[in-house]
Amino acid sequence: MPTFDLRLAPLRALNGALHALAPETDQTHWTVLNPDGRHAIACGLDAPVSVEIEGNAGYYCAGMNKRASILVAGNAGVGVAENMMSGFVRVRGDASQSAGATAHGGTLVIDGNAGARCGISMKGVDILVKGSVGHMSAFMAQAGTLTVLGDAGEALGDSLYEARLYVRGRVTSLGADCVEKEMRDVHRAELHARLQAAGLAGEVDPGEFRRFGSARTLYHFHVDNAGAY
Amino acid sequence: MAEHPEAPRTSPRLSATFTPEVMSEIRRAAATGIYDIRGAGAKRSLPHFDDLLFLGASISRYPLEGYRERCGTEVVLGTRFAAKPIHLKTPVTIAGMSFGSLSANAKEALGRGATLAGTSTTTGDGGMTPEERGHSKTLVYQYLPSRYGMNPDDLRKADAIEVVIGQGAKPGGGGMLLGQKITERVAGMRCLPPGIDQRSACRHPDWTGPDDLAIKIEELREITDWQKPIYVKVGASRPYYDTALAAKAGADVVVLDGMQGGTAATQDVFIEHVGIPTLAAIRPAVQALQDLGLHRAVQLVVSGGIRSGADVAKVLALGADAVAIGTAALIALGDNDPRWQSEYEALGTTAGAYDDWHEGKDPAGITTQDPVLAARLDPELAGRRLANFLAVMTLEAQTIARACGKSHLHNLEPEDLAALTIEAAAMAGVPLAGTGWIPGKTGL
Repeated sequence: MPTFDLRLAPLRALNGALHALAPETDQTHWTVLNPDGRHAIACGLDAPVSVEIEGNAGYYCAGMNKRASILVAGNAGVGVAENMMSGFVRVRGDASQSAGATAHGGTLVIDGNAGARCGISMKGVDILVKGSVGHMSAFMAQAGTLTVLGDAGEALGDSLYEARLYVRGRVTSLGADCVEKEMRDVHRAELHARLQAAGLAGEVDPGEFRRFGSARTLYHFHVDNAGAY
Repeated sequence: MAEHPEAPRTSPRLSATFTPEVMSEIRRAAATGIYDIRGAGAKRSLPHFDDLLFLGASISRYPLEGYRERCGTEVVLGTRFAAKPIHLKTPVTIAGMSFGSLSANAKEALGRGATLAGTSTTTGDGGMTPEERGHSKTLVYQYLPSRYGMNPDDLRKADAIEVVIGQGAKPGGGGMLLGQKITERVAGMRCLPPGIDQRSACRHPDWTGPDDLAIKIEELREITDWQKPIYVKVGASRPYYDTALAAKAGADVVVLDGMQGGTAATQDVFIEHVGIPTLAAIRPAVQALQDLGLHRAVQLVVSGGIRSGADVAKVLALGADAVAIGTAALIALGDNDPRWQSEYEALGTTAGAYDDWHEGKDPAGITTQDPVLAARLDPELAGRRLANFLAVMTLEAQTIARACGKSHLHNLEPEDLAALTIEAAAMAGVPLAGTGWIPGKTGL
């Protein structure tokens, strides 16, 4: 199982090696030592491999990930798992702003807190944050789910499309066109699945969450809604 | 009047301030309560390339023979960092226009025409279609704030990546695609519900300033294994600083779009009042690259109101490496063609003035998703027309370059130009014709 020390070899060598993996590779578990906040670690992967990053990652760690399972043992910088298509990304610590931005699929789990704009413009990803998320999270979120076990900052779900937001804690305020919605069985089942994917099945009660979604009043531009922007 | 019944009456006098167009807009705004949204670029009269002239060769310089001596037109973009720069036969490229704002047939026609001419075409907001990729030998993939349709597979299929910060029609603004054009296919590519009015963000979701941009470019290079040239596109507003910052952030190519550059849809007030003319933007951008020692190492592509080979030659003479055309390409395909005059009139407009591209009712079948209208555009024939137009532009630019004694279009230089107006002389940094005066730089 390859171990890659970023103090001894450049990032390009790591990403190049991960991109070059053959479909039938038996090198399915990679360990990255001394990431030291380097940007773009393990981005653009497209293979069913696991990568464990033993420390803090900088910007865009696991960006555009497909199929790979990536663990950041420390904190992650801006845009972790941005535009992820599939696979699984977990951050043991905190994540900076724009975690999971525009991601189309896969699962992003953040064990700590996430900064501002978590899930901005998300397009199908499932994001679960065990701590709290910052302001403007799920801004213009189009599809997927954002589950927050802690609190959500100001303007949650501003200009939301069809993404579904589940928050267990306090919501400072809702953004334009974001409203609280009834938690039906289908949503409890979905939330249960999201908790299960994060390894929290049985530990967290889906009944403690509130659901938020789009009021859909801004779907068609009309002068009567101009004040909402 | 009663004392002088036969005295001539004062002629009715229209206001130069409250023109018929201004009054019409006031009445429209008063009736609707909403600003006007339209396509295309600035329509107001602006200092432009028509205000420049070439100084043909004479005794001090000698020309090249028009039909015998070679005048090169090829251009290579992305030589700074990319392992696979783009090689084009002509410096006239096709600007970014989305499937969604344009029909699939129109996108295919752009690809066919560009490929025949040996140049590149560019995706737009909404992602890459298989037809577009299939018909474009060289395709630039735009990386936009909305990231609609963005995925790493298409990123790797592209020949270059264009990080779009802004565009000339609306620097600082996002876009809007009205529900009429959000068909099932367009909606599916953008992960949106069909039929809604789609808003496009004005800022990228995961970076803000130029330092972040450098990190974003590094990520895109890592994902594509440093193979693809990375362009950065800016709307012309502060071209010196934007070009310098884009180059510092690691761009291979800077694309600079002036306010005459078109858009699929935005507010008229934005199009006409934000940004600066293309003519005024080029010299500051070139100066920025020269100050950094990167002129020609980072290529400069200029767009916004480029219509002819003369415009191409002038842009290159001012220091750019290539141009991009959008509106002119659509006209070559058949946009605003008088053959559809009766239908333009039914829409309350006339051929040559139709700019409600966002409504999806284009009689020419180009800016629409209506299958009946879109079927009017034969992509093969339209592509042929575009290829012809690109060939003419290139030939025209060569004609001028030879007359100036240049064996390659890139050998054109500011010293080959004179300005017709003081404004153009100041903006382009070339002397007023018949003088040695460059306003702000030299005496008479």
